[in-house]
Amino acid sequence: MIAEAGLAALWLAAGLAALQFVLMVLALRSPIDVCRAMRGVAVVQGALTLISFAMLLIVFARSDMSVALVFENSHSAKPFIYKVAGTWGNHEGSMLLWVTVLSVAGAFFALLSKRAGERTAIAALGAQAALALGFYAFLLIASNPFARLFPAPPDGRGLNPLLQDPGLAFHPPTLYLGYVGLSVAFSLAVGALLTGEVDAKLARAMRPWVLGAWLLLTLGITAGSYWAYYELGWGGYWFWDPVENASLMPWLAATALLHSINVLAARGALKAWTMMLAVIAFSMSMVGTFLVRSGVLTSVHAFAIDPERGTFLLALLGIYVGAAFVLFAVRGATLREGASFELVSRETGLVINNLLLSVILGIVFLGTLYPLFVEAVSGEKLSVGAPYFNAVAGPLALILTVLVGVGPLLSWRRERRSRLKTLTIPALIGATALAITVILWPGMNILPRLGLMVAAYLLVAGTLPLVARNPLRAPLATWGMVVAHLGIAVALAGMAANAAFTSERLAVISPGESLTLGPWTVQLETVEPAAGPNYTAIEGKLRATRGSGLTMLRPQTRYFSDPPTETNEAAIETFWNGQLYTVIGKADTAGGWQVRLWWKPFVTLIWTGGALIAFGGALALVGRAWRSRRRTSGGWRKERYA
Amino acid sequence: MKAKNQRLVLVAAAAFALLAAVLLAMWGLKDRASYFFTPADIAAGKATDGQAMRLGGMVERGSIKREPDGVTIRFIITDGKARTPVTYRGIVPDLFREGSGAVAEGHLQNRTFVADTILAKHDERYMPPELGNLAAEHKAGKTLEK
Repeated sequence: MIAEAGLAALWLAAGLAALQFVLMVLALRSPIDVCRAMRGVAVVQGALTLISFAMLLIVFARSDMSVALVFENSHSAKPFIYKVAGTWGNHEGSMLLWVTVLSVAGAFFALLSKRAGERTAIAALGAQAALALGFYAFLLIASNPFARLFPAPPDGRGLNPLLQDPGLAFHPPTLYLGYVGLSVAFSLAVGALLTGEVDAKLARAMRPWVLGAWLLLTLGITAGSYWAYYELGWGGYWFWDPVENASLMPWLAATALLHSINVLAARGALKAWTMMLAVIAFSMSMVGTFLVRSGVLTSVHAFAIDPERGTFLLALLGIYVGAAFVLFAVRGATLREGASFELVSRETGLVINNLLLSVILGIVFLGTLYPLFVEAVSGEKLSVGAPYFNAVAGPLALILTVLVGVGPLLSWRRERRSRLKTLTIPALIGATALAITVILWPGMNILPRLGLMVAAYLLVAGTLPLVARNPLRAPLATWGMVVAHLGIAVALAGMAANAAFTSERLAVISPGESLTLGPWTVQLETVEPAAGPNYTAIEGKLRATRGSGLTMLRPQTRYFSDPPTETNEAAIETFWNGQLYTVIGKADTAGGWQVRLWWKPFVTLIWTGGALIAFGGALALVGRAWRSRRRTSGGWRKERYA
Repeated sequence: MKAKNQRLVLVAAAAFALLAAVLLAMWGLKDRASYFFTPADIAAGKATDGQAMRLGGMVERGSIKREPDGVTIRFIITDGKARTPVTYRGIVPDLFREGSGAVAEGHLQNRTFVADTILAKHDERYMPPELGNLAAEHKAGKTLEK
C-alpha cells in the first residue's frame, strides 16, 4: 500500500504542477488575480512530492523486497542508515529526490518570496511548474520508483559497498539541494524576462536563492572531494572525472551569477548578462544531471540498453534550455541598461571576474563533452583528462585568484579615493613567500610555487576590505565576502602544499618491521581478521611514531559478500600540520603485507578552505536576510492597510 | 561611458570570452585529447615512448604476476586485437581483477606500459565510456582470451 500511496502522491503533484502552469498562462494573457491561488497550489504540490519521497524512504527502511527498486539496491542485512541512504543511491530514487527538492524549493519560493513583483512571481511560479512537469513525466513514464515485483524475492541484491559510507550517504542530497536551488533563480529570470521587470528588486529577490544554492554546492563539492580522498584510497582529492565536472560546472556559473547579481542589486546594471547567467547556471545543473543520470558517461551502451531515459532527459534539457535561450534572445535585447560606470570601477572588476569564470566554465564544459561529440561524429573513442584541465584552466584560475584581492577594493561607479595602494603589502608578502620557496625548496614545480605565492598574497589582501573600516560595524555580508575570499586562499594553500610536500612510501613488510616516511616511523604490529555488520576484513595495526608522539592506525581491506566486492579502507590520522594516510593491501607468500603510506603536510587546508567559502556564503545569506527583514517589516504593514 | 556604448563593450567582452574559451579549449584538446589508447593503437605504433596517456582494455585472465618485491605487478591489457604488457607499482584499487575492464594512466617505455595509476571506480557497474563496446562483447560471451 505504501508504494501505491507514494505513486498516487506523485501523480497528484504532477496534476497540480499542470494546473499551476495553466494558471500562469491565463494570468499572463489577461490580468486576473491568481497569485494567491498559485502560491497555494505550489505549496501543496511541494508537500505531495515530500510525501511521495517519504513513502519511498519507508519502503527502503522496511526492506520491502516486493518493490523492484528496493530489491535491486538494498539488502536486509545492510546497516539501517545505508538502507535509508539507498533510497537515493540509485537512478529512480535520486530522480525522485531531484523532483522533490525542485517542488519543495518552489513551495518555499511561494511562501517566502514577497520581494519580487506580483506578475513576475506568477510567471516564475509557472516556470517552476513547467520544470517540475517535465521531471514528473520522466519519473512516471520512464523511471517509476514504486514499480512492484511479483513474486517478491526473499532478499535484495545489496548496495555497492563503496557507497556504504556516511560521506556518500549525505553528499548527493547536499549537491541536489544546490543544483535545484538554482532552479528558482532560473524561474525568476524566465519570469522577469516574460514580464520585462528586470531590475534591482528582482536581483534582491533572486539573491538569497543563488547564495543558498551556491553555498550548498560548495559544501557538496567539498564533501565529495573529501569522500573520494579517503574512501577510494588513492590519496588524491580531485580527478577531473566527468561526474565531478558535472558538479563543478553549475558551481562556476553560480559563482559568476553571485557576483553579477550584486551589480544588478546595487546599481541596476548588467541586466541581460545576469539573466543569462541565471539561465546558464540551472542549465548546467541539468547538463550535469543528464551526464550523470542518462548513462552516457557510465557507458556508451547505456543509451542502447535503455535509450528511453537518455533521450527523455536530453529532450527535457533541449526543451528547457532552448526555450529559455529563445526567450532571452527575444526579450534580452529589449532590456534598458541601467546605470553606467567608468572603466576602472567595482562594476568592471566584477565583469572581469565574470568573464574569467565564464571562460573557465567553457573550458571545463568543452573538455567534458568533447569525447561525446567526437564519438557522435566519428565513432572514435577518447578521453580528456587532468593534463588538459590543469594546463588550460589552472593558469586562468590563478589569475582570477589574484584579482579576487583587487576587486573588493574598487569603489562602485568610478574609482575615487584609490585604495589600491594598500595592495603593496600583500604583494610584498606574496613575493616573500615566493622567495622562501625558491630558497628552501629549489626543486619545487612551478604551479605549486605560484600557488603558495598567490595564497600568501590573498590571505592578506582578502582582509583589506575590513581593515579600512571598523570591522565590528561592517555589514555581515562584507564579513561573508571576506571569509569566502580567505577560504579561497586557504584551499589554494592546501592544494599547493599537497602538490609540493607530499611524501609517499610503498613496500611489503612483515609484522614487526617498520618504514620511515618524512618525520614518521611506521611499524606494522599485527594483521588480524575483523568483522563488520555485513563484511569481513583484514585489519592492519600500524604504530606510527614521530618524536615522542605515538599514533595507532588501523587500515582495513574489507570483503563484502553481497555483491562480492573488496574495498580498501584507508586509516587517516589528522595532525595540526598534516595527515598521515595509510592503506593495507595484499599479503605475499612469505608473510609480508603491502603497505602504502602518505604524509601530506597541510592537506586538510583544501577542505577547510572549502568549508570557509561555504561559511562565508552562509554569513552573507544571514546578513542579507536580517537586513531586509528590518528594512521591509514597516513596508509590509503599510501594504496591508493600503 | 554612455549606456549604449557600455552595452556594446559588454557584448564585445562576452563574445571575446566565448572565443577565448573555445580557442583555449581547442588548443588544449589538440595537444592532449589523444590521451586514450587501446592495445591496438599501440600495436599500430600510434603512441610514442614517454607520452602521458591512458591505456584501456580488459585485464587478460591469468596474466597478473607479482614481482619478488611484492609491490610491483605485471599484467596484460588486451582489446581482443592486441595485447600490451603493463607494470604497476602500488596497491591495486578495489574492483581490479582479471577478466574485467581496466584503465591505467602512465606512459610507454620499450613497448611496456608503465602505469602510475590504475583508475579507481565509483561503482562496479562503472565502465569507462571508451571501453563500452569491449565490456559488452565480453559480457555477451565473446571472450577475449587468446
